[in-house]
Amino acid sequence: MRPTRQPGGFFVSQMTQQYTGSNSLLQSLEHEGVEMMFGVPGGAILPAYDPLLSSPIRHVLARHEQGAGHMAEGFAQATGRVGVVMATSGPGATNLITPLQNALMDSTPLVAITGQVPTTAIGSDAFQEAYTTGLAMHCTKHSYLVTDADEIPAIVHEAFHLASTGRPGPVLVDIPKDVLNQPTSWAEPSLAGLPGYRPTRAGHPKQVRAAVRMIEAAERPVLYVGGGVIKAGAAAELLRFAEMMNVPVVTTLMARGAFPDQHPLALGMPGMHGTYPATTAIQKSDVLVSLGARFDDRVTGNVAAFAPNAKVVHVDVDPAEIGKVRKADVPIVGDAKTVLEALVAETTSLRATSPAPAREPWFAQLEEWRVSRPLSYDQQEDGPIKTQYFIEQLHKATGGNAIVTAGVGQHQMWASQFWEFSRPRQWVNSGGLGTMGFAVPAAVGAQLARPDDLVVALDGDGCFQMTFQELITASVEKAPIKVFVFNNGGYGMVKQWQHLFYDGRLSAVDLSGPVPDYPKLAEALGCVGLRADDPGEVDTVIDKALGVEDSPVVVEVVVDTEEMCFPMVPAGGSNDNIAMGREDL
Amino acid sequence: MQHTLAVIVENKPGVLARVSAMFSNRGFNIHSLAVGPTHVEGRSRITLVVDAPDLEQLKKQLHKLVNVIKVHELVDGEGIEREVMLVRVSSNASTLGEIRERASLFDARVVDLSASSLTFEVSGSPPNLSAFLDQVRPYGIVDLVKSGRIAIRRTSAFSPPVGAGAGMSS
Repeated sequence: MRPTRQPGGFFVSQMTQQYTGSNSLLQSLEHEGVEMMFGVPGGAILPAYDPLLSSPIRHVLARHEQGAGHMAEGFAQATGRVGVVMATSGPGATNLITPLQNALMDSTPLVAITGQVPTTAIGSDAFQEAYTTGLAMHCTKHSYLVTDADEIPAIVHEAFHLASTGRPGPVLVDIPKDVLNQPTSWAEPSLAGLPGYRPTRAGHPKQVRAAVRMIEAAERPVLYVGGGVIKAGAAAELLRFAEMMNVPVVTTLMARGAFPDQHPLALGMPGMHGTYPATTAIQKSDVLVSLGARFDDRVTGNVAAFAPNAKVVHVDVDPAEIGKVRKADVPIVGDAKTVLEALVAETTSLRATSPAPAREPWFAQLEEWRVSRPLSYDQQEDGPIKTQYFIEQLHKATGGNAIVTAGVGQHQMWASQFWEFSRPRQWVNSGGLGTMGFAVPAAVGAQLARPDDLVVALDGDGCFQMTFQELITASVEKAPIKVFVFNNGGYGMVKQWQHLFYDGRLSAVDLSGPVPDYPKLAEALGCVGLRADDPGEVDTVIDKALGVEDSPVVVEVVVDTEEMCFPMVPAGGSNDNIAMGREDL
Repeated sequence: MQHTLAVIVENKPGVLARVSAMFSNRGFNIHSLAVGPTHVEGRSRITLVVDAPDLEQLKKQLHKLVNVIKVHELVDGEGIEREVMLVRVSSNASTLGEIRERASLFDARVVDLSASSLTFEVSGSPPNLSAFLDQVRPYGIVDLVKSGRIAIRRTSAFSPPVGAGAGMSS
């Protein structure tokens, strides 16, 4: 039986002939502007799936809750809107832990709705019971257990507010089955229930002035840009400020696209596998301006040896990031957009009387590093395909315009290095948590959110094997993602570390098969399956893949099994010692 | 180094779990914790004594918890700090008088008495409780329970005289 929609947005279930917690939940999601959500049903969440039948919200049925969570993250990262995922109690909720932690680490706005066993059964080890809010305590920005259906509108409203403001992040709302079935009514929600939550948006004007003075006077300044700039929608202000100040820009893994790679001030990604100019510019800087970045260990290497002569300006919306890893000389708590606007305004008045500093020796030095230490690889005509070469060819063929998702490992680093990003939200990846298997479900979410954009998933064979079931979702939902599986027959990055740091003793890293047959597997899941294993086939297979418009495509790219990812700073090492190749280690 | 923090939180289910989860997640040590409702409806106050090399970071992480409304450090001399202790001391006919005499210096009340032991209720500043224990230890401590520390900000230089009110002044 289908529930009927009443005038004024009120649903009454034909099953119960009553307006219940489930109706209130769906109405609340609509009230928050939700048009699409991802999920998997189950026992405790059953009541919420019934009114969904007549809701205008599109529910995308994933094949695993982890997949649903990553889809919601892909949706959120590609659009800046809150991603919504729904799952049942127990295993449904525990399967969400990875996407929740992933969203927490990468500050992705997410609201997760989970069913829970009835309130009367909580704590009794009931079927499919897990202490979801307890688990969520460790991997969300905040979580709720709803005990009265009347609270649903306010709690859902708070959840969306918390997820999307301040430092964005995941929020979980756990609703017991009896609360979903409880008769209730809907009331316009307020934020009165959050007395302790007051994120700071605007930076302190005195600190903003101090920052501008410090940057203006610097001889070797660097703008160290993190994902916060993308979250805040501050790319235009960043471009303006960098040009007005004439300061080079590095973009972290989470910030790729925040500043156009084609720009003369762009130095690329810093850190463990960053470009030589980006990593070294930070090392040699006298003023380091961190904008929405958090001095992650993959960026800093050995903290004690990181940017030893730099004074630090640290702009972050989360006060706890300031001073956590590196002391800030000018701390500015605020949203990257608001603070960059203030920095631009302050600089504008400065420019009325003085031109931008030329910093000629600094730019000459940067240029020298750029020329002498470029990213490189050696693609032989008769050798195996190099992933880096394939990515460059794909970039050319797509005009660089695609939304790119990635898994985690060598292919992810090469994607970040060799794809030239030109706009924010073009790069969707798992940075902080390093979640293998992110690429395929994130691509599905991004594609459904952006149906008119080309979405390519760059994946490794190891990653692909963790979540490829979501290709079924892609087929069924008609999401024509292009998945490129760089098959090097193993966990490439782990293998690289075993080669470099374990004397080549390869342990549990071999995926060389002979199974699966990727094109056949793709076909079984409703996708077009293709393969390339010779450099001469690269352009043809790319053309073929990009030509498929009505279904997902999986291209197995058989690549060099021995290629290693460089530049590299070994974990915990000083960023002064960048290995450009194996001979440097 | 030990610090005393007064943390005002929303009186909601799970808030104490969130605070202690944050401490264990981030590797901070709690030395003592006491929690109870305040005079304001819906607000509770947690008094924390913590060992933290980076107190600023700890305070910021507390602030990050959505249910935390206010975090205030009671720096040395600024706070009035109290603990309550119940302590059972071994006694016999010959030691009873002596023990009671010593205990009276600390304004300790006898709350239970048997042929072989005396139980005292003592409240006071943490150093005073330690001093009391030093006095009774030679007779044999049979059992001991201490509350978490509670603290409130001092508003003046006024200190009540020794023995008055809730134990000795600190």
